[in-house]
Amino acid sequence: MKPLTQRQRNQWIAGYLFLLPNLLGFFAFVAVPVLFSLYLAFSRWNLLSGAAGIRFVGLDNFITMASDPWFISSLVNNLVYAFFTVAFSIIIGLFMALLLNNKVFWKGALRTMYFVPYVVSLVAISAIWMAILSRFGPVSQFARFLGIENPPVWLMDPSFAMPAIIALGVWNHAGYCMLIYLAALQGVPKELYEAAEVDGGNARVKFFHVTLPMISPATFLLVITQIIASFRVFAPVQILTQGGPGRSTTVLVYYIYRTAYQNYRMGYASAMAWVMFVLIFLITMIQWRGQKKWVNY
Amino acid sequence: MGQLLTALPAASSKVPPRKTFEPVKILLTLFALGIGLFMVMPLVWMISASLKSEVEVFQYPIRWIPETIRWSNYQEVWAGMYPFGIFYLNSLKVTIISVTGLLITSSLAAYSFAKLDYPGRDFLFVAYLSTMMIPPQVLLVPRFILFRQFGILNTHWALILPGIFIIFGVFLLRQFFSTIPNELSESALIDGASHLTIWSRIIMPLAKPALVSLLIVSFVWRWNDYEEPLIFLNTKELFTIPVAMTLFIDEFETRYSLIMAATVSAILPVLVVFLAGQRFFVQGVVTSGLKG
Repeated sequence: MKPLTQRQRNQWIAGYLFLLPNLLGFFAFVAVPVLFSLYLAFSRWNLLSGAAGIRFVGLDNFITMASDPWFISSLVNNLVYAFFTVAFSIIIGLFMALLLNNKVFWKGALRTMYFVPYVVSLVAISAIWMAILSRFGPVSQFARFLGIENPPVWLMDPSFAMPAIIALGVWNHAGYCMLIYLAALQGVPKELYEAAEVDGGNARVKFFHVTLPMISPATFLLVITQIIASFRVFAPVQILTQGGPGRSTTVLVYYIYRTAYQNYRMGYASAMAWVMFVLIFLITMIQWRGQKKWVNY
Repeated sequence: MGQLLTALPAASSKVPPRKTFEPVKILLTLFALGIGLFMVMPLVWMISASLKSEVEVFQYPIRWIPETIRWSNYQEVWAGMYPFGIFYLNSLKVTIISVTGLLITSSLAAYSFAKLDYPGRDFLFVAYLSTMMIPPQVLLVPRFILFRQFGILNTHWALILPGIFIIFGVFLLRQFFSTIPNELSESALIDGASHLTIWSRIIMPLAKPALVSLLIVSFVWRWNDYEEPLIFLNTKELFTIPVAMTLFIDEFETRYSLIMAATVSAILPVLVVFLAGQRFFVQGVVTSGLKG
């Protein structure tokens, strides 16, 4: 092995020193909590019993979960939420991006209008939803105007609460999907459309055989990131419905939150958080494997 | 195939003659505008309701411009039981310190990962990357317990410290720094410059677009964050705006004009930052493809 030159030694020292401030924080606030949470997932611990009360229980938490009706409901609800929110956000986002990629005036202003809901905090959006979906709010008024005499009390109705939360998610995320698609559409070479025209392709052919395949990497990215995001839904549920009526809007993070901070069952809450992570990880992996069939690079 | 396509006659790519009247373009614009108005309708309704009397909020058809503009709603929100000003200061303090710390430590670490070579570098970078997929909810419980042990639970440090060490920042800057040619730093090294000089005089100025993107994106995320203050804070005087919002929702119950005035007050700073730096925000969101 060659002896280190002065320059190499300097680079080593500089390398560690530059990384150090962030690395310390990474250990204290990311790495250690991750490991601690993994340990908690295999323990039973009521926060009120103090640090001495932690007991290692092996797989107990995971066995409890399998027969916990609240956990199963929250998992199912979350999958329903994820499916509809992701599908609608992506379709509406693509539609808006296609419009803006066309010949329209005021592109910049329109893009801002489509995108602005994405930067509004979920708490604020929830407050707006609460007001417009209230008993005498504009949505119910509009329903009466359409001739529906007794419109449902949206957020308190078991069959309308979840759709209301989904609508909130779509409103929040469609603009983001639009932005990603717009960037992808601008990267589609014009020559491809011209070639399709030469071959006598109409607008439908161009869309399905040129546009969609060319922007498939963006679709792939969006499906993955939007599914991950939809497993994080919390604020709207906590503010608007508290998981109700019944269990109809209890999603994973909300149930984890209740388990940890209302029932103080820290071990069980950690175990559920890890199950959620593994689920997201598996969904991502399956899509990663499947991408060869439909994503063009 | 690429060659074949570029070899096609360029006839169709010539600039079309400028028309004065384009009905299709006008129709498409009107349609797009309709969708845009639909998207901003809840926000417009919020602003309108925040300036109305409680009775007028629920009049139908909706009167978009209130009969008499009631600024007193805002007065009630800002000078009521929970003074909004304190929450603004809390949010500003937490956001500014977090984002400053994030930019400094992340850009130092990114320089180390992108431009320096030392044993263990790649292993550490993989360790960083592998934690990026872990949802923040996994970290809430252990952080809550650790913060209680450190004695920083129910202080602003419980929000600031995790806010500084958002791994995504290191990742974003590292990717950008990697695109800066090494020749620049090499020649500066030969001229006897230290790594600190190279970082501050060469890399940072060149990385300005990435830094501004990260600044704006992380400002908006931190400002909007709800779960951490909800869980880590107890004392109302320490609340940041998103949790404080829930106080107003509880206090005003069904007085929606006041809730809407509080909501407008809450989102105004983010809207201003976003509209002022929209170009960089959009860039940051598109290049990162991630939501934190």
